[in-house]
Order: sequence, then structure tokens, then C-alpha cells
Amino acid sequence: MNEKYARITRDGLWNNNVVFAQMLALCPTLAVTSSATNGLGMGLATTAVLVVSNMVISSVRHLVSAEVRIPVYIVLIATLVTLLDMSLNAWVHELYKVLGLFIALIVVNCAILGRAEAFASKSNIPDSALDGLMMGLGFTASLTVIGGIREIFGSGTLFANAHLLLGPAFSFLETTVIPEYKGFLLMILPPGGFMVVGLLLAWKRVLDQRRAAKVVAVPEAAAS
Amino acid sequence: MNLEELRGKLSYQGILLGGVALLTSAALAYASRATEADIKAAEAADLKQSLAQVLPGEYDNDLLKDTVTLPGKKGEVLVYRGRRAGKVEAVVYQVVGNGYAGNIVCVMGVSREGKILGVRVIKHTETPGLGDKIEPAKAKWIFDFDGKFLGDPPADKWAVKKDGGVFDQFAGATITPRGVVNAVKGGLEFFDANKPQLLDEAGGVK
Repeated sequence: MNEKYARITRDGLWNNNVVFAQMLALCPTLAVTSSATNGLGMGLATTAVLVVSNMVISSVRHLVSAEVRIPVYIVLIATLVTLLDMSLNAWVHELYKVLGLFIALIVVNCAILGRAEAFASKSNIPDSALDGLMMGLGFTASLTVIGGIREIFGSGTLFANAHLLLGPAFSFLETTVIPEYKGFLLMILPPGGFMVVGLLLAWKRVLDQRRAAKVVAVPEAAAS
Repeated sequence: MNLEELRGKLSYQGILLGGVALLTSAALAYASRATEADIKAAEAADLKQSLAQVLPGEYDNDLLKDTVTLPGKKGEVLVYRGRRAGKVEAVVYQVVGNGYAGNIVCVMGVSREGKILGVRVIKHTETPGLGDKIEPAKAKWIFDFDGKFLGDPPADKWAVKKDGGVFDQFAGATITPRGVVNAVKGGLEFFDANKPQLLDEAGGVK
């Protein structure tokens, strides 16, 4: 049982990472990661929706027939996102002003439909919730790393404006990595996003290949 | 009949889709009603806050309710008026400039003498790092307008330095400040053209 949870966790965070393994949700990934704070905000908002949507879809999985499952999932996800959007706007307006841009984008995040289809429609509620959480955290980590790299090279700062997203207590995160930096505009613009995603993807592949090679090599060495 | 058989039926698909749509619509309608008042209040507070930035000082009326709509060069302009003892002391309205990558929406406050009290950019899509120096958080440039009016500088100097005017442009971005300067100049011309209506002194006729 613990083995299963560990696998879901590993899948979400690394092996089957939304951005770097499933290659899903690239549109929001490239669009909002011009800074680490933006990446973090988008990631956290997506994680919240992902957990709830996975749980809702898992709880109705026996009722939904295969033929109409996609429209049903889409309607459910869109409703959840709209509910989140409205309640944040009404009751946490300051946070909404920072996250508002990202929330509407979550509807078009195919990773959420992807998890509904690939996992939640076949699994029980606790497993689906964990899967949603881990996929969301993997997504958040990816976006924060991409945003951080683009921000450091693009404007010389890291986590700028974090206090707007997380509250004044987190303003210690805001650092100037390269003082007096003139900025490298290309990294902030979309091409920078493509380059950083491409390089990180290549790096993850190399890392995974090395690890796989090691696993094969060890038994051989033991045999000889 | 068990669920397995039921799910295969054609009518089940329709009823399921309809049911899901009905339930979600009901949830949304309920949430919309529950949040409507709070969202409106929060947006009004936001608007008030942005008006206060370009309208320093105290006014004894409710700015959001004392409005007048006048025809401008680019469609109708909604004007908020700040009064003291019934007299209009300052007006606030939006002006739109042509930026490098789309419209730049600014809000500007003008005193009854026609002096600029403040200008803020509220929406733009200019290049980050180049054109976004029009935001007060990035640079002090937008404060250059404070206290200016048509005449100081003279009308032909209401332009960026590259065009022979008095306002700075940014390194690597001329089109953005040019758009803002032209929009603000247009806003002052709008004030001059509609002064009686703006100040609510149109010959005593309301």
C-alpha cells in the first residue's frame, strides 16, 4: 500500500512530471514563467484545482459512461475553476489581483483533463487526491525553476514581488542576484521560455538515461 | 437493471450530460449571486484607490456617483468629478494612447484650472524591461506630468524629446512614451473643449 503511494508521489514529482515528462500544459508554462513568483502562483493555483477536480471526477467515475466522459469532465473542471475565480475575487481580492490572470488560464490547462482521464477516472478518491497533489507540486516546482532561471538571466532578480503573492512575511525571498544588471530581454520574452524549457528537458533526459544505465550496469558488474 | 446496463443506453448519455450541466449551472448561479455584492464592493474600492492616486486631496462628495459622460475623439468618455462645497474642483477620466504593442490605457486627474494632478497607466502591453517604464513601480517618468498644463510646456513642446518636445523618452523605447504623451495632451484638449460641462457650470442649466 505504501509502495503505491510512493509510486504516485515519484510519478507526480519526477518520473511523469506534467511539464518535463508528459509535455502537457506547455502553453501556461511558457506564458507565465517570466519570473519565479509568477511560476509559483500559477503552480499553486493549478494544484488547488487539480486536487479538487481529481477528487470530484473520481467520486462520479462509476456514473459517467465512457461515451460522454470528456464533455462531463470539461464541464466539471470549468465549473470548479469558475467557482474558484469568483470566490477569490469576492473574498480575497488582494490575492485575486495577483493570481487573477492565472486562474482563467487553468481551464485550458490540458494537464487537468489529462489527470482526470488517465488517473482519477480509474482510481479511488484518496489516490486521486494524492495524485492531484503530487502532479500539482511537480508542476509548481517545474514552473518555479523555469521562472527562476528566466528571471535571474532576464532581470537579475529572484522571486521579485513575492510579497504580493505570499504576503509580507515572504519578502525575504526577494533577492537581487546580479546587482546593477541591465537585463537580458530575450529571456523574459517567449523565446527565452522555449530555450529554458528545452535545456531543462534535455538535462532531465540525460539524468534519467544515466540512472537507467547505472541500474543495468550494476547487476552485470556483480555477475562478472 | 444494474448501473452497467444502464450506462450503455443512449438515453442515459443525454440525461447524464443534461444532469451534469444542470447541476453545475445551478452551482454557478448560486455562487454568482453569493459573490456578486462582494465583488462589486471590492472593484469599487479598487477604482476609488486608483482615482485617489491621480486626485490628491479631500473631496466631500462620492466620486464614483458624481459622473458625467461626454463625447470624446475616441468615443464616449466617463468623467468622475470631485467637489468641495458643491463646486467641481477636479475631474478624472481615462485616455487611451497608441503604444508599441497595443493600447495604453491611462487615467488622469485635472484640476479646475486645467493643471494635471496626476497620470497613471492602468493597462498596457508594452515590452517588459523597455516600454514598461511608464509604470510608477518601474520608473518615476509618469510623475513628470504633474503640474503641467497646455501652455506649460507650450502646445508644440507637448512631445518626447526626439520629436522636439520636453518629455524624456526611454533608451530603446520611443513609441511607448510618445503614445502616453500624446494621450495626455489629447486629454487636456478634451478638458479645454468641454470645460463648462466638466465643471458643471454650463450656463446654470443642469
